[in-house]
Amino acid sequence: MFKQGKFPIISKKNLAKGIFDIEVLCPEVAELSKAGQFVQAAAEGFFLRRPISLCDIDKKKGTIRLVFEIRGKGTEKLAGLNTGDTIDLIAPLGNGFKVLEKGKKAVCIGGGIGTPPMLGIAKEYGENATVISGFRNMAAVILQDDYKAVGAKTVLCTDDGTAGIKGFVTDAFKAELEKDKPDIVYACGPMIMLKNITAICKENGIECQVSLEQRMACGVGACLVCVCRTVKSGEEFNSHVCKDGPVFDSEEVVFE
Amino acid sequence: MSKRLETQFCGVTFKNPIIPASGTYGYGREYESLYPLSTLGGISVKGTTLNRREGNPGPRVAETPSGMLNSVGLQNGGVEKFISYELPNLRKSDIVVIANIAGASVEECAELAARVDETDVEMIELNISCPNVKQGGAAFGTDCAVAGAVTKAVRDATKKPLMVKLSPNVTSITDIAKSVEANGADAVSLINTLLGMRINIKTGRPILKNNVGGLSGPAVFPVAVRMVWQVANAVNIPVMGMGGVATWEDAVEIMMAGASAVQVGAAIFADPYAPVKIIEGLEKYCIDNNLENISEIVGTVKPW
Repeated sequence: MFKQGKFPIISKKNLAKGIFDIEVLCPEVAELSKAGQFVQAAAEGFFLRRPISLCDIDKKKGTIRLVFEIRGKGTEKLAGLNTGDTIDLIAPLGNGFKVLEKGKKAVCIGGGIGTPPMLGIAKEYGENATVISGFRNMAAVILQDDYKAVGAKTVLCTDDGTAGIKGFVTDAFKAELEKDKPDIVYACGPMIMLKNITAICKENGIECQVSLEQRMACGVGACLVCVCRTVKSGEEFNSHVCKDGPVFDSEEVVFE
Repeated sequence: MSKRLETQFCGVTFKNPIIPASGTYGYGREYESLYPLSTLGGISVKGTTLNRREGNPGPRVAETPSGMLNSVGLQNGGVEKFISYELPNLRKSDIVVIANIAGASVEECAELAARVDETDVEMIELNISCPNVKQGGAAFGTDCAVAGAVTKAVRDATKKPLMVKLSPNVTSITDIAKSVEANGADAVSLINTLLGMRINIKTGRPILKNNVGGLSGPAVFPVAVRMVWQVANAVNIPVMGMGGVATWEDAVEIMMAGASAVQVGAAIFADPYAPVKIIEGLEKYCIDNNLENISEIVGTVKPW
């Protein structure tokens, strides 16, 4: 179930270089939305919409929050939208993260622009969530206060050590596992990061869900362009990120 | 809606002449949360092959100025899944179903047609123009003799209205159209996508894993209008026009060029309501221009 419409932007922030945070008032979309889902945003003058993951959902306020990076001219156009402008969305799309029952513990791992969807899912677990996020350097760090505000414990990593721990999220995750074993792990970021986290979870017998991205057109499962390789009962086949994902059980994903 | 948009095409009655193009609307399930499928005149379903096909590896899409390239490669569940799973669902809606079939060989095309002939689909669209598969596809649609032979084999396998979908990647589309007409096609649909390519200049690699893919969207519209006009003037069977149609004005234009009905494709990705807006626009156009039926404008272009 999704909607299409033009919705007002009620706030806009610049979180880091080239990374923007917009809050959109769309009660009918917010009502349907789940953490891990995404929107297809129209960029004026560009033929295809841009898929952007939901960072946060506020059903009471009737808003969704989109945090995105300028990757090309289309996202640059979207970054030019201001408070008071409207944004044309098809949303919410895809399958969200599976949420375990109350009291269960989650580790949410994000790399770079893969960190925004971790806010929505960390919120579901509150103080039972640990968010491990990794960035190139201190200037690229985003959302740390937001994770803390929903009660989550945060572990910050940077490639160059200018903020938090110097190193990759996978190392920080291994260190976390020595202290405590979560019931589930959520991850979004570069494929190599997802591959490594999947391997660590498998070794430790922990359930893991990963959120994938792929170039898209329709966003709803009609055009079949956003293909990804998956496996079930030993048989490999093509799935689609928009409809079958973007969230997959990590053991279903075939990493090259 | 009035009867102003009711369209007769190969003996099949469409409540309006607007039909989502094959490969852009799945089997009609995806957009049902926005508006009922029965709003549309018909649906040309995702290209169906004899056996399940996995399609090409990704990325399968690249944006272009006013359009997109795709290299899906006919991923689908096969004809039996279409008949047992998709068709019964489509039958819940009051809509003309066009089965788009694509075989890897002449025999396979005939076998597919024979299988679909046993169902209650209203019409068959034979795809001899897919640019993204190695066997069949455009290899059938770019040679007059082969296009004629495959049309004849399918004609012999089915009594249903047979429409052949033509490739624009040819020297003379009118020659191909005449060949399929002479071999028993009841209609032609055109254009399929134009073969194109994009390269990521940072990596030096094509954006599509398949290297090349089919161009669609408003970018191809003038080519579609030209080819529809040429083909409509070259054959005596009806033409279903498509290629970059995004607005009701585009639909009027391609109908004036000679299309009796119109398929809408990539425009749906940008605006899922595009087909609905086109239908509403055509209805208003009829009222504003005192047309009893939209068919009055078909082929009315007055060339210089």
